[in-house]
Amino acid sequence: MLDNIQILIDAPPLLVQVLLDGLLVGAIFALAAYGMALVWGVMNVINLTQGDFVILGGFITVSVAQAGLNPFLGLPVAAVLLFGLGWLLYRSVVYRVVDKDLFISLLATFGLSILLQQLMNQGFGADVQSVRSGLGTWFALGGLVTITQVKVVAFATALVIGALLVWFMKRTRMGQAIRATAQNARAARILGIDTDRVYAVTFALNAAICGAAGALVVMTWIVHPYLGITYTVRAFMIVVVAGLGNLAAVIAAALGLGAAENMAGFILGAEFQLAFVYGLLVVILVWRSWRLARERKVLR
Amino acid sequence: MSAPSTAAMNGHWGRWAGYGAILAAALIVPLVFPAFQTQMAFLWLMIVFALTWDVMGGQMGYNSFGNILFLGVGMYVCAVVQVGLHVDVAAYNASMGASALDLTMGQYLTGLGLGLAAGAVAAVACAVVLGAGVLLLLIAVIVIAVAVGLCNWLGLPPVLGVAAGLGAAVFMALRVPALRAHGLLSLRGHYFAIGTLGLGIAAGEVASGWQFIGAGSGMVTPLYPGELGGREQFFNAAAFVLAVATFFALRRLYAGRFGLAVNAIRDDEQKAEAMGLPTTRYKTVAWSVAAVFMGIAGGLVGNIVGFIDPRDVAFAGATYGVWMVLMAILGGKGTIWGPVLGAAVFHITQELFWTYLLGWQRVALGLLIVLIVVFFPQGLLGWVRARWPERFGHRVDSRAAEEAEG
Repeated sequence: MLDNIQILIDAPPLLVQVLLDGLLVGAIFALAAYGMALVWGVMNVINLTQGDFVILGGFITVSVAQAGLNPFLGLPVAAVLLFGLGWLLYRSVVYRVVDKDLFISLLATFGLSILLQQLMNQGFGADVQSVRSGLGTWFALGGLVTITQVKVVAFATALVIGALLVWFMKRTRMGQAIRATAQNARAARILGIDTDRVYAVTFALNAAICGAAGALVVMTWIVHPYLGITYTVRAFMIVVVAGLGNLAAVIAAALGLGAAENMAGFILGAEFQLAFVYGLLVVILVWRSWRLARERKVLR
Repeated sequence: MSAPSTAAMNGHWGRWAGYGAILAAALIVPLVFPAFQTQMAFLWLMIVFALTWDVMGGQMGYNSFGNILFLGVGMYVCAVVQVGLHVDVAAYNASMGASALDLTMGQYLTGLGLGLAAGAVAAVACAVVLGAGVLLLLIAVIVIAVAVGLCNWLGLPPVLGVAAGLGAAVFMALRVPALRAHGLLSLRGHYFAIGTLGLGIAAGEVASGWQFIGAGSGMVTPLYPGELGGREQFFNAAAFVLAVATFFALRRLYAGRFGLAVNAIRDDEQKAEAMGLPTTRYKTVAWSVAAVFMGIAGGLVGNIVGFIDPRDVAFAGATYGVWMVLMAILGGKGTIWGPVLGAAVFHITQELFWTYLLGWQRVALGLLIVLIVVFFPQGLLGWVRARWPERFGHRVDSRAAEEAEG
């Protein structure tokens, strides 16, 4: 472990490489986290299927690529299909638990998460899958730092999707209805907003965002049916740090997480990277609640 | 039917019927169906899982997704003690059990006894530290790391750094009360649920990266030295004793001050604290109670299965970890018989029908969770109680009930 830190100190380009890789991946985490914050803020549901939506988006992109199409076409396809799936899940299960106790909705989405994960395992197989984007690599700092172009494209795409979402929430009727429902669902209902439809659109939109993120994940990284929970935990962590409804903070926290995680993976060894992510979750939660406890408040 | 004596008698009958059914199952199955002993042992263990989950989830309102941690810790500690008494653990694991131990019965039982005790102690230590001391633990780790680094830099022996770091941490613990008693148990509601979910998975990840306990390739527990078939009988009996001990210990605890305190925490923690209840202490004790029995159960599971896989047996969040929540809710959380009933129903259904699902078992599990949570959140016992309230000693005003229905 100390040796690895020494390597980083001795070879600054490597440090740049590790941080850059982390930052580029962080933008993808930001998408899943923004979706989670959206559903949490509007519907008061913590959606544990988040990561499985991401992985499903990845598998859809794999199928698109296997059909001989350009893998970048997988992004809109995954988004549209997942919008449909999100709508379906809301209309069949989630609407029954929206008004219930938070633990009920947590457990219901946990069940859905297992269901999706196992269905993907049956449908796509338990192999690790990835898609070649066909893009090349840039070299920087005299060839010591490599930047795979697809990561840059993924980063930029994630930011564009984020900007589109902000526009949607601010400028369209549906976006305004979603924000009104988040502020006060009862008042929104009195003013004639069909909140049930708003919830359905919110949940479906979240699934679509995650699906697009999944398409980016499969091109830059890998997907596997059981990896969903890691994206859920990352999204949750980012939202806890950044708060609900603050896109800038979500992006900052996501980039920070990406960099920190990649760094830890290098220093502790790749086999402990996920352990670091989950450990960080515990530390962040306890730290936040400790800061609040000093003001005699609790984390809610 | 509203006379209290009748209701009490009905309660009695129900309870004695339950005891009778369990005792009959425990005595008859090993004699009549000796082939089903391992399944029976798992039935008793499932009851322990559901009952211990309910201490937190049902009685105290702290829904934990991470109690599987105690199972895995108990399992690994027990196995390490069993092996470590005789050979070097790291070498044993590196050779993947090729250096199989040849133990006498006395040696085996001593090792198992010590292992189970050590597993229980380790699980409780985990519960206390993670429940009420994460912040302190973190500070201690950072201080020790810095101190060791300094010693390295100054050319002093690293032991000095560890000692200095520990000293500083103990000093902080004593001097800064705000740092004490702050861990996962100070999280509320869904934060606790997700924090513990992360904890359980983190433990599995750490275990599958740690060479000493066999890393991803797992660890083999020592062989039972007795005659063929004796192993199943022995562990079935041990699991039965554990389940009975858990049941009566929890019943005793719920009947007293502890039960009142944890129920007060479930109903309104703020108020309970305002009335002077030491909530952090009660929460830590409750988690420790769950940890003791889970730790012992872990030691037994490891020896019954014979092979400890870090993600699929020890920290098996996707199976035991989910099942314990499901079983408690299925039976009716917050009652003592609910988890027992839920575990029995779930385990028997699973043993009977699971094999026909051919790989779709876990899909069915996900579906089952969704269905139970959405349509049947009160559980079997909750439903029975709502259907026939007078049998549970609740008085029903028949006129009011009719008005409410009409």
